[in-house]
Amino acid sequence: MLRPESEAELAQIVAGLTAPVRIRGGGTRGVPGPDAELDVSGLSGITLYEPGALTLVAKAGTPVAEIETALAAEGQRLAFEPMDHRGVMATEGTPTIGGVVAGNISGPRRIQAGAARDFLLGVRYVDGMGQVISNGGRVMKNVTGYDLVKLMAGSWGTLGVLSEVSLKVLPKAETQATLMVSVPDAGTAVRALSAGLGSPYEVTGAAYDPALGQALVRIEGFEASVDYRAEALSRLFAPFGTVARLEDDPWPGIRDVTPFQGRVGDVWRISVKPGDAPELAERCKAEALLFDWGGGLIWALMPEGADLRGRLGEFAGHATLVRGDRTQRAMFQPEPAPLAALSRGLRQRFDPKGLFNPGLMG
Amino acid sequence: MDMPTPNPTVLAKKPRLVQRLRQVLPADAVIDDLSETRAYECDALTAYRCPPLLAVLPSSTQQVSDVLRICHEEGVPVVPRGSGTSLAGGALPTADSVILGVARMNEVLETDYDNRIIRVQSGRTNLSVTGAVEAEDFFYAPDPSSQLACAIAGNIAMNSGGAHCLKYGVTTNNLLGVTMVLMDGTVVEIGGAHLDAGGLDLLGVICGSEGQLGVVTEATLRILRKPEGARPVLMAFDSNEVAGACVSDIIKAGVLPVAIEFMDRLCIEACEAFAKAGYPQCEALLIVEVEGSEAEIDDQLTRIIEIARRHNPLELRESQSAEESARIWLGRKSAFGAMGQINDYMCLDGTIPVSALPMVLRRIGELSREYGLKVGNVFHAGDGNMHPLILFNANMPGDLEKCEAFGADILKLCVDAGGCLTGEHGVGIEKRDLMLHQYAAEDLEAQMAVKDVFDPQWLLNPAKVFPLSVSESRRAVQVAAE
Ligand SMILES: Cc1cc2nc3c(=O)[nH]c(=O)nc-3n(C[C@H](O)[C@H](O)[C@H](O)COP(=O)(O)OP(=O)(O)OC[C@H]3O[C@@H](n4cnc5c(N)ncnc54)[C@H](O)[C@@H]3O)c2cc1C
Ligand SMILES: Cc1cc2nc3c(=O)[nH]c(=O)nc-3n(C[C@H](O)[C@H](O)[C@H](O)COP(=O)(O)OP(=O)(O)OC[C@H]3O[C@@H](n4cnc5c(N)ncnc54)[C@H](O)[C@@H]3O)c2cc1C
Repeated sequence: MLRPESEAELAQIVAGLTAPVRIRGGGTRGVPGPDAELDVSGLSGITLYEPGALTLVAKAGTPVAEIETALAAEGQRLAFEPMDHRGVMATEGTPTIGGVVAGNISGPRRIQAGAARDFLLGVRYVDGMGQVISNGGRVMKNVTGYDLVKLMAGSWGTLGVLSEVSLKVLPKAETQATLMVSVPDAGTAVRALSAGLGSPYEVTGAAYDPALGQALVRIEGFEASVDYRAEALSRLFAPFGTVARLEDDPWPGIRDVTPFQGRVGDVWRISVKPGDAPELAERCKAEALLFDWGGGLIWALMPEGADLRGRLGEFAGHATLVRGDRTQRAMFQPEPAPLAALSRGLRQRFDPKGLFNPGLMG
Repeated sequence: MDMPTPNPTVLAKKPRLVQRLRQVLPADAVIDDLSETRAYECDALTAYRCPPLLAVLPSSTQQVSDVLRICHEEGVPVVPRGSGTSLAGGALPTADSVILGVARMNEVLETDYDNRIIRVQSGRTNLSVTGAVEAEDFFYAPDPSSQLACAIAGNIAMNSGGAHCLKYGVTTNNLLGVTMVLMDGTVVEIGGAHLDAGGLDLLGVICGSEGQLGVVTEATLRILRKPEGARPVLMAFDSNEVAGACVSDIIKAGVLPVAIEFMDRLCIEACEAFAKAGYPQCEALLIVEVEGSEAEIDDQLTRIIEIARRHNPLELRESQSAEESARIWLGRKSAFGAMGQINDYMCLDGTIPVSALPMVLRRIGELSREYGLKVGNVFHAGDGNMHPLILFNANMPGDLEKCEAFGADILKLCVDAGGCLTGEHGVGIEKRDLMLHQYAAEDLEAQMAVKDVFDPQWLLNPAKVFPLSVSESRRAVQVAAE
């Protein structure tokens, strides 16, 4: 196993590679690949944290937990709320910030605050030739040259091995509240969630659990403001069903898809226009469903090997196989030909020898 | 600022090109007369001008595709253009290029309040996007000061920001999808009403690519419900350092205003003379705005004012009415205009870590004395995006060059302080030659590799963003392809 301890060593290793490797951060997201492993967890540690400038820079192998602890000490957080895959993947290990960035992993707050890619200010990575490349920086506004930062986020290691990332962080909210609306079906749920998200009350979570018939809405902020908005939203939701304020915090469970944990079957993640969600979810004929992002994200638990993309047919959006046999089925939605050609072209330029997670993204 | 020598082979093709383009476009959409092409000779970086070979004004994605296919076949460079308000020379033509303007493509294609999106043609102006959804109390968040004129096309190409992006983000954070035409005429659809890319985040790299990867013809944008209300507070301080420390403390305290704008003495005086906003005369002024219901605004402003008091402000003025809010913003919004009244000015756009603010402002003051040119500072303080405005006299020989040298020094200072050359205006031609100060050769090579993939012949806006010496061999391919 290859386990560099510094960026320079990483570059040296990559420059000497003759066969493909699977890049591994914490190994928690269950991503398939070749047997040879390039383990990035040796590149670890927060290199800069300036709470007053809302910025944090860390080496790519830094455990997410270490970052969250450092942020919490200053009353701040990663606003995009990255999920912990360990439960649903039944993996062990320590999730790393590089894995979060490489997978553009975002949770419920993505609907309001943005995705991991929106909080990524800069990257350093080693490309397929073993060169260290830097893009972006540590400041919040930067349009100097092309935004390779976004390109690296969500590239699942196929364009380069991240060595360092810099992130915008945000203050933690003083308090939060969750409203629960009892709804009969997905259509009503999505309409209720849309009403909430289209209100001026800054909803930061909008989910629907069909098993419980509950549409859930989160608001965050200073206490008085949260109370005020909770009341306003309760009135807004009254036409859709009975409204109650939940005492428990359901959001970590929604983020990590806990209702699917311990259940057999494939786990899919489908990104759609919220209004299309009820009908598309119907087409899945899933064993279980969970809706996040106001309906824009559908989690589907499917019988093992089921051809979900076939069941969905043509639709505006994409489906990712998160857990399941990816030797049978591509993890990512196949792209239309002209886009696939562009993506292929980029991979060939960034990693001409096809060393990094080959085949993963097409 | 050098531009490449026009390619004589391309220049000689003009009649043939006009003829071919007239076969796919209405007669009035192909502009070949010098008296009319002059209208496209520059953008808002007016110190540099050059009429293009031709200008075309297509009115559909199909027409854009036809134009690009023809130019691709003929090996003719194309410079996309929105409204021409770029401050970086992004839309500056070369004599051998075709300006492709999207101004005629300004329709709203779809508004969908339930899904919180709007789909528009890219020539639509920024403000008229909000205009299209305002009646339903929605808005499009990125608000560049040029929003009355600038087009969504240019906003996407430059990844433009605005005063309120501290809370709402810049263009890239509010862009969900595009229809774009590649240089060979291929039409691609990227993203849409759903969130996040299914494959590589191509949308992310297209946004901010300064018209070098493709011509954007349509865009899907996120729209938001308007907040119930907003209210600014004006704070006056007797030094830049103290104002900078106050900004940092506000951010640390967990209150996130929608905007924190900063002006220094020279700007305050200019705005006062120009707009009569009633600003206090002081060294540094902050405008901090928060949003929400009346009670929420009161609550947040109480917290902010409490923090400000710890920094011994000369004055704290919380707006009491809509008129007073408008007056507080009036000065800030007319800052560029006000500076323009005093003199010619060059507007810089470097970003620095907020913590480096006092040091950078002090150093800019020293440089100002060394160069003998005045500089006013007005900027988005919450995110460290500075807008130093250097005053110079365009009629005085040598003054422009001196101003450019001063500007370059300030931008290098921003980079050295941990920041970057441009926070929202883009590189264009203006900062092209400074790119090597921020990036190593391999870093630029990685960026150029992206252009190689989208536009292998380097025909789209080729002389921008990268230092000419660095992009030379690639641009030579285009000439050799003749
Ligand atoms: C218990 C267990 C169960 C498993 N189940 C499955 C399964 O069901 N299906 C399956 O196919 N495989 C499975 N695997 C394989 C396993 O997930 C991979 O061996 C490996 O763990 C991938 O780690 P990771 O990097 O994805 O982890 P993470 O750190 O979570 O990384 C996520 C993604 O980011 C990339 N990445 C991480 N760090 C960087 C970086 N610094 N720069 C660039 N890219 C980076 C990775 O390559 C990966 O694409 C399982 C493994 C275990 C131990
Ligand atoms: C007074 C003033 C104030 C300003 N304030 C701000 C501000 O607050 N924030 C800010 O960010 N900017 C500001 N700007 C800069 C400018 O307005 C922005 O960069 C704006 O986005 C440019 O839009 P445009 O339509 O005028 O584009 P243009 O100037 O026409 O073009 C800009 C770039 O976009 C490319 N382009 C144009 N159309 C397309 C297309 N269809 N497809 C692909 N590429 C295309 C061009 O090739 C060029 O590189 C200001 C400018 C002025 C003059």
